[in-house]
Amino acid sequence: MADSNQQTGTTGLQLALAWLFVGIPLTWGVIQTLINAMKLFQ
Amino acid sequence: MAYLPFLDRSHSIAKPGFSRWMVPPAALCIHLCIGEAYAFSVFNLPMTKLIGISQSASTDWNIPELGWIFSIAIFVLGFSAALFGRWVEEGGPRQAMFTAALCWAGGFIISAIGVYIHNLWVVYIGYGLVGGCGLGLGYISPVSTLIKWFPDRPGMATGMAIMGFGGAAFIAAPLSVWLMGRFTTATHIGVAETFIVLGAIYFVFMMVGAFIVRIPAPGWKPEGYAPPTQASKLITTSDVYVYDALKTPQFWCIWIVLCVNVTAGIGVLGQASAMSQEMFPGRITAVAAAGFIGLASLFNMLGRFFWASASDYIGRKNTYFCFMVLGFLLYCAVPYMGSIGSIVGFVVCFLVIYTMYGGGFATVPAYLRDMFGTRYVGAIHGLLITAWSMAGIFGPVLVNYIRQYNIDHGVPKAQAYNITMYIMAGLFVIGFIANALVKAVDKRYHMKPETDSATAAMRAGAAGQPAGA
Repeated sequence: MADSNQQTGTTGLQLALAWLFVGIPLTWGVIQTLINAMKLFQ
Repeated sequence: MAYLPFLDRSHSIAKPGFSRWMVPPAALCIHLCIGEAYAFSVFNLPMTKLIGISQSASTDWNIPELGWIFSIAIFVLGFSAALFGRWVEEGGPRQAMFTAALCWAGGFIISAIGVYIHNLWVVYIGYGLVGGCGLGLGYISPVSTLIKWFPDRPGMATGMAIMGFGGAAFIAAPLSVWLMGRFTTATHIGVAETFIVLGAIYFVFMMVGAFIVRIPAPGWKPEGYAPPTQASKLITTSDVYVYDALKTPQFWCIWIVLCVNVTAGIGVLGQASAMSQEMFPGRITAVAAAGFIGLASLFNMLGRFFWASASDYIGRKNTYFCFMVLGFLLYCAVPYMGSIGSIVGFVVCFLVIYTMYGGGFATVPAYLRDMFGTRYVGAIHGLLITAWSMAGIFGPVLVNYIRQYNIDHGVPKAQAYNITMYIMAGLFVIGFIANALVKAVDKRYHMKPETDSATAAMRAGAAGQPAGA
């Protein structure tokens, strides 16, 4: 798996998947935190 | 790792066409997992009721006993980062990330066993010792790789990864609470099962990072980037060997600067909820305080990316000057905000402080790279992390003990933090002086190009390790 990826250049799809893989959980966590943070202003 | 050759440094060298923008997600895969440590407190209360279920039984663990789990993990983080830093640097990021994944996930599994048999020492060993090693290895493993991929923007690159460490609690806290809810019944609290699921999730996530990560081929540089041929005033073009860095005053000055910055942040971060309620009694409720903590964590995370990226433009030393000067002014302002009853002023002061707390962590790898070069920056960063371990002791002690001393001597709770704030401001003066003393590293500490490979090979060989590519 590791070596096969090295045979060709990185595709846009690979880049998008890699960023979505970390971006989706992080965004979900930030939204949860923002919802809780709003309690400071209520 | 001859038995797993795909983990070797030589097998993780990128081929032409590999995008360097794949490396930050790889780093985030690690940091988004190990940063769970900041959310471990969500387990504290449930772990005090494992036997009593609805309320603590006499044989249940108490909060001070459970507090040691996090403390041991953070101490081992610094210790393992310092001890294994050179191994991480010379063996490459993939084997370090793989080992970090094994330790981190293994720590959760061992802890689950500890919870199941109700033996706290097993949890100390699992999460604290084994997991702590995963923390240390995972924290430093992607840093030097990112610096090598982004020589034009090292601050931004490491800021992205270390931002993940700050943001991991946002995911871990609600996920852990949700999992415990799923596994808890009327006669059982589902902490052990939650640990097992988290261990499995984190292992998979970290392994993805280990497979994605690559190191640049020798001589690679970003398109259009012309590396400086001559060292500028505070950015070296030479490398310093990891243990030679310890002999330089620059290392210890930066150690003090980091220690001061973390001490000031970590102490109030841990006490933020109680402090905000006590300084504004009746005006900031427990629910609002929880919101304040959430907002503070968000600014802590954003500060990691913002300040580290800004340091690429204004310079590392100037960035820490901002931290020290702003930190001094803001800590001096907090008692005043309390005295005039300005919640907005109080919140703004601390949110800026939290951005600088995170920013201090995220900017320091690039500061080290500027001072000591890229060759051993990961290992030197590992040694510097001991400042974090020390600050983890200083910060809470300063805040909690001085508050208690004041209350015991009749100071109203609303003013019990004032002296602590002024002490924190004083610490920033020390940090300011230490930062001002940072000059370029003396040339006698630089590795000589002609003996570079031979020396590193000899030193690594003496430790029974390859010198690396």
